[in-house]
Amino acid sequence: MPTEFLPLLYSFHFYLFGLIAVAGSIAFVTRKSPVAAALWLVVVMFCIAALYVMMDAQFVGVMQVLVYAGAIMVVFVFVVMLLNLGEPAAIADVRGKWGSLIAGFLGLALLAEIMALTRSPMDLRLIVPPVPVTVNSTGGIIGGVAGPLFREYLLAFELTSVLLLVAIAGAVVLGRKRNAN
Amino acid sequence: MLTEALALSAVLFTIGVIGVLTRRNAIIVFMCVELMLNAVNLSFIAFSKLYGAAGQVFVIFVMTVAAAEAAVGLAIIISIFRHQESVNLKDINLLRG
Repeated sequence: MPTEFLPLLYSFHFYLFGLIAVAGSIAFVTRKSPVAAALWLVVVMFCIAALYVMMDAQFVGVMQVLVYAGAIMVVFVFVVMLLNLGEPAAIADVRGKWGSLIAGFLGLALLAEIMALTRSPMDLRLIVPPVPVTVNSTGGIIGGVAGPLFREYLLAFELTSVLLLVAIAGAVVLGRKRNAN
Repeated sequence: MLTEALALSAVLFTIGVIGVLTRRNAIIVFMCVELMLNAVNLSFIAFSKLYGAAGQVFVIFVMTVAAAEAAVGLAIIISIFRHQESVNLKDINLLRG
């Protein structure tokens, strides 16, 4: 994304998507109905995908829409439909006074921590100097991600395929009916 | 844009933590965990603009693990629902002493 052109437009859209993401996530944690919550979470994920594209990670943005909004959230909605939980008003699931109190306190503590960290000067030893990002001109956008994925992180990549296999087997075993022969 | 992205990531993570602590529906708690993963992914991407593409590779790994986690976790929730007829965390207290 050319930040040097139209910087006002860029920051306007950045703040716009950020605000929609925060508003959507607040709506997400306060909805009673699981389906409404899932759809608000999809809104948040689309906004985050837009932010990825704005921060020069176009491939990851596409993966965010395809994998998160398209696959994982569909599985969640599917499970909600499968369980058929009943009326959202009947299943009051928000915790009582103590839960909200602890959560609010923790939220305030986390935000205060962030504020304190941004105000205080950082230890110089902790700051890693930025490395100039070399763009592979032949590989395009995907080449920049695929290069390190298949070179430096090849072992981790292969291990994730084992993890996915285990997850498939585990989901099938757990989802099976107990007394099915 | 780095500071704004990190602040947004922190705010989203905090909202996810609040959701995990205040909700009792197991599916919604699970979705809050996904929101926290997304918040961390956002800061990975923000840093990858400064430090190279390794951050994007990490985000792809996190997405894979999240997909595996969602599949297994939802299978566990379905199996608990078969057992208890409920996904309310209040009713799942088999290990409570």
